[in-house]
Amino acid sequence: MDSDRRTHLSRARGLGSAKEGVHHFWAQRVTAVALIPLVVWFAVSLIMMSGADYGVVRAWIGSPVVMVLLVLTIVIGLHHGQLGMQVVVEDYVHNEGMKLALIVLMRFIAVFFGLAAIVAILRIGFGG
Amino acid sequence: MSVANRPVHRPLSPHLQVYKPQLTSMLSILHRATGMALSVGALYLVVWVVFASASPRTYAMFQSFNVSILGRIFLGGWLFCAFYHLCNGIRHLFWDMGYGFELKDAYRSGWIVVAVSLAATIVSWIVGLRLA
Repeated sequence: MDSDRRTHLSRARGLGSAKEGVHHFWAQRVTAVALIPLVVWFAVSLIMMSGADYGVVRAWIGSPVVMVLLVLTIVIGLHHGQLGMQVVVEDYVHNEGMKLALIVLMRFIAVFFGLAAIVAILRIGFGG
Repeated sequence: MSVANRPVHRPLSPHLQVYKPQLTSMLSILHRATGMALSVGALYLVVWVVFASASPRTYAMFQSFNVSILGRIFLGGWLFCAFYHLCNGIRHLFWDMGYGFELKDAYRSGWIVVAVSLAATIVSWIVGLRLA
């Protein structure tokens, strides 16, 4: 007799009671690891640019390497934040409808702001 | 309603109102709080690049907030949140790999996180204000 009382199919799928397996957990960790060097780079850059004027900031954002790293930092940061905020909502909001609405809303916000940032950075880089 | 069906309002664990504050639990709460702050802070970051892309006038407007006292506190707080969440996040990743669970180790890594994130914040403030 199986000790964990799950069916063979359930065990093979490995999705558990959350019905999505370890996807959320794993995505949170992978984005966390990616953010370690990105946040260090970004924080140091930001401090070094204290008091920089408009031209300097634009030239910095628009340089090719910075464009790539900045898009990565913001997009991965928003994704990681959305995953984290989802857990907070799941922990404290007990009304199922409200919980679902908030989780969907936070996804929309993350995607909207992510795209806005990408467009803005590309616009600076390509001189729009 | 029968007695058996009546809802019972027993206290839920952990009993925060009688719970002795400890470094480990406080740092855990702070990790979540800084994570929430940084989620909002990330949106502010997006506003920054959007304003920078728009025009010198909108950017000047944005900058005038950043250089105000409130803006300095906001950005300085943002940096502390970033450093703290970064350091404690690394601590969490080690736990995820199964290291550092002994009570002694959890306290030691906790104090290291506090020291490093405070030191990094103070150094950033000093360097940032000198350059500004």
